[in-house]
Amino acid sequence: MDTLTINKSAIKVNEEGYFTDPSQWNEDIAVEMAKQQNIDLSEKHFEVLHFLRNKYAEEVPLTIRKVGKSGIVDIKEFYKLFPGGPLKISSKIAGIPKPVSCV
Amino acid sequence: MKKLLILGAGTAGTMMLNKLDKKLDKKEWEITIIDKDDTHYYQPGFLFIPFGIYKPKDVVKSRKEFFPAGTHFIIDEVDKINGDDNKVILKSGEVLTYDVLIVATGTTPVPSETEGLMGPLWYKDIFDFYTFEGASLLAKKLENWKGGKLVINLAETTIKCPVAPLEFAFLADAYFTEKGIRDKVEINYVTPLSGAFTKPIATKMLSQLMEKKNIHVVPDFYLEHVDNDLKKIVSYDGMEVEFDLLVSIPTNMGADMVANSNMSDEDDLNFIPTNKETLQHKQHENIFVIGDATNLPTSKAGSVTHFEGEILIENILSFINGKPLEAKFDGHANCFIETGFGKAALIDFNYTTEPLPGQFPIPVLGPMGLLKETRINHMGKLAFKWIYWHMLLTGKSLPVSTNMSMTGKKAPKKEENKEKEEPQQEEVLL
Repeated sequence: MDTLTINKSAIKVNEEGYFTDPSQWNEDIAVEMAKQQNIDLSEKHFEVLHFLRNKYAEEVPLTIRKVGKSGIVDIKEFYKLFPGGPLKISSKIAGIPKPVSCV
Repeated sequence: MKKLLILGAGTAGTMMLNKLDKKLDKKEWEITIIDKDDTHYYQPGFLFIPFGIYKPKDVVKSRKEFFPAGTHFIIDEVDKINGDDNKVILKSGEVLTYDVLIVATGTTPVPSETEGLMGPLWYKDIFDFYTFEGASLLAKKLENWKGGKLVINLAETTIKCPVAPLEFAFLADAYFTEKGIRDKVEINYVTPLSGAFTKPIATKMLSQLMEKKNIHVVPDFYLEHVDNDLKKIVSYDGMEVEFDLLVSIPTNMGADMVANSNMSDEDDLNFIPTNKETLQHKQHENIFVIGDATNLPTSKAGSVTHFEGEILIENILSFINGKPLEAKFDGHANCFIETGFGKAALIDFNYTTEPLPGQFPIPVLGPMGLLKETRINHMGKLAFKWIYWHMLLTGKSLPVSTNMSMTGKKAPKKEENKEKEEPQQEEVLL
């Protein structure tokens, strides 16, 4: 377990930088996390981040398709917001664990 | 008379029918099973058809052949379930009522979900092998194919039998080697996962095997469309892979009936939200869901269905007798992985324990190697066809424990644990 200091808060993260305690997250911290990925967070970004956090809290397994069906963004827009690996990157910025596969 | 209705007469439905027939009092209960036709496919056999190992006729039988005497069988399609009124509406307009409903409507590849997949090249240079038609047509294609770029692509992460695409790649390698044209075939395995498989230790073993067999893995590729003119697949973030022959594992979806009944999960894949331990429907307590139709976080595979069946029969009997549902499913899955040249690997896992190396003890058949290629595993895979028709469908218990056992397994050492964290072996979807 590592600690990441953002805005003077000591965030507990795993070896890959994912939050181990999602309750430590807030929007200001997200802005700083996003900067490290060269992303300027817009309102759309935040809508996605809150969607991910809500689903995580409901224990719904997350997939790219599910975000694409959220009504917030389609899959293409999701890739544009978080280039590279949208689900991995957005989950990290949303302060939730890396989504894992079931099978 | 009370009514128990089973929707779907595939692996799960037929197995439950046979189990219930033995347990329910016929003076009290009437059991009805519904399917759209009378053709039962041995789906694990589809994998072998493209390579001529099985002929199409080897995998087809009548559904009725596996029903107990006196079964009430309706051939019709289910339009929808009305869970509030305990009614099932059929396409013909007939309305059936039930006291207990079992949904076993499975999953089907839906190539039309992806733009261009069913374009001009469909069944010319683009094939699936998870359907009888696709596997049979691909067999003809491979017979005369002279080589080129073979691309195996998974359109989505949730698919039926998640090891079958790997097996296809291994068998293709063996097939072209034996034909003497392996040097003319480039095999690309293009997947939305971060590696060859989902779970870290199995992914490591399978990745090494892919490398050894000169099968190139393209990870993190999430298919957006198929370009029929330029013969390439294109991902959402603009990656492109060219093909001469595309073997697609299309998006898998549950039955249309699920969407009509407003029972689909949130990603619109028509899998039914189901209690992962009791197999009870999340909204309706007298509806149970089994097999590929559920949204359970485990493999969609026959072995899973078999283990679920052992749990579900207990829970249905408890439900009928007004007792709490005490049997709990642990997500147990057990899969042979054909690796070509007469060998196979075997994996055994559940919701919480990933596939581990070691020995898998099966009474009578003997120990089988876990996560390693052996001939006896291959013999086990072939023997499974007989077991499927004669034991699994007829609801008999198999000599394998329902809950996953750690007997014979080697838990990972510290170093191996550490390797788990390396990006190549992540347990990540995308």
